Amino acid sequence: MNPHQKFDWLIGGVAAMLALATAIGWVLARRVRSDSGRAVVANLNARIHAWWAMVAIFSVAFVFGRIATLVLFGLISLLALREFISLTPTKPADHKALSVAFFLIVPIQYVLIGIDWYGLFAAFIPVYAFLLLPSLSMLDQDTEHFLERTSKIQWAVFVTVFCISHAPALLLLDIPGYEGQDALLLFYLITVVQISDVLQYVFGKLFGKRKLAPAVSPSKTLEGFAGGGLAATGVGAALWWITPFTPLQSAAMAAVIVAMGVLGGLVLSAVKRGLGAKDWGSMIRGHGGMLDRMDSVSFAAPVFFHLTRYFFAQ
Amino acid sequence: MTWLSYVLIGTVRLLVGAAPRHAAALPSDTLRIFFANHSSHIDTVALWSALPPAIRSRTRPVAARDYWGRTPLRRYIALKALNAVLIDRSHEDPSHDPLEPLAQALGRGESLILFPEGTRQAQALPGPFKAGLYRLATAFPAVELIPVYLENLHRSLPKGTLFPVPLICTVRFGTALPRVPEESRESFLERARNAVTELA
Repeated sequence: MNPHQKFDWLIGGVAAMLALATAIGWVLARRVRSDSGRAVVANLNARIHAWWAMVAIFSVAFVFGRIATLVLFGLISLLALREFISLTPTKPADHKALSVAFFLIVPIQYVLIGIDWYGLFAAFIPVYAFLLLPSLSMLDQDTEHFLERTSKIQWAVFVTVFCISHAPALLLLDIPGYEGQDALLLFYLITVVQISDVLQYVFGKLFGKRKLAPAVSPSKTLEGFAGGGLAATGVGAALWWITPFTPLQSAAMAAVIVAMGVLGGLVLSAVKRGLGAKDWGSMIRGHGGMLDRMDSVSFAAPVFFHLTRYFFAQ
Repeated sequence: MTWLSYVLIGTVRLLVGAAPRHAAALPSDTLRIFFANHSSHIDTVALWSALPPAIRSRTRPVAARDYWGRTPLRRYIALKALNAVLIDRSHEDPSHDPLEPLAQALGRGESLILFPEGTRQAQALPGPFKAGLYRLATAFPAVELIPVYLENLHRSLPKGTLFPVPLICTVRFGTALPRVPEESRESFLERARNAVTELA
């Protein structure tokens, strides 16, 4: 199979799964009687509808190629950064730093991927943005909560721009024998992360008893984590044919992605709750905000990128 | 509503969202004064665009003549795009009542958007209110007084900056301020300010 045929099969598979989920949601909506059950099913159906939209947007970007994919992830970073900063207390003195974060750091990071400049892509935010942001906040000489303010902006940029940009940065990799197929690797990462989230949700709703971390994320259960995580690792292993990995390597990579995804979800949930919010935003119906959907990706992407780069790329 | 109104509303929505949150449904045929905290130049358009179109078309923002009337462009935006009522903040002529144009607008059945602090604040919570709101409220006892809190706009475009940061800003509408007969000016203005602060 050539990469295009693989891609068609993958999109077909995802569409078939969503069609099945839509059918199940339709049946459930006619079966449930209790009020709490109705609320769960209504949220489930809202999530499934939003999934159709998200898969459609993703597929279009994939079909249009590298630039469209980078623009899409740039917008995702921008929206996630916006949600993060909106919940984070900053002061008027941070206005310059925030303007630079939104209007310069986000585009530059994605342009660096576009022009294949790996060295600066890897150093731009940890070195230059990290040092520039507090320098800009310092200019207005407002020292109240300075470290708190500036670290929150740095954290926001690291998670929503630096971390998330490692997903499309997979397109930079030169993997021997895998030329022209990097987009499938991005598809693999996103599919494993998202299917892991979905399966953990499903296993949690079906079998969940013991809370995983009740103070941080009340809906996550140990049964959901174990069942969904194992199933997602299985899905990752079964997708080995679109990756440069053997089935066993693919299972190991998927397990790492799942584990990092769970940590990302929990850590960002802790951040969010520390800031006094339940959801990051309200732009994706049933899911919450952009960052509620990308929290797992933000932790899984950099680790997956570097493992793949170290062990498989030239 | 002109094409420029829609351009301004579209830009503000794209940039900061300005999604409304209502404490109660707003019937479209009541005369109202919306009063809100003031922290940025986007405030007026944000509040205006958060109103349902039927109400927006009969609601006029109140803007300072010394700022919005100064250049032809600002004047055009204020009068043509926002349908604003311009008032004098300077009080140069003691015989002239600066609130006169507002009273006329209310008399014609037009609702108003008022920022009773009179000027933009740097912080999240409103400062002391000026007396204009009290005088209008007393002169028009039937007008509904709706407190509004504009969230995050003081961070998006604080005083002294040129470009807005695209934060998510929410426009929170409260329930009408109850009327208390024989209330003193100070206690009314304090109650009005608290009504805005409570929405924060």
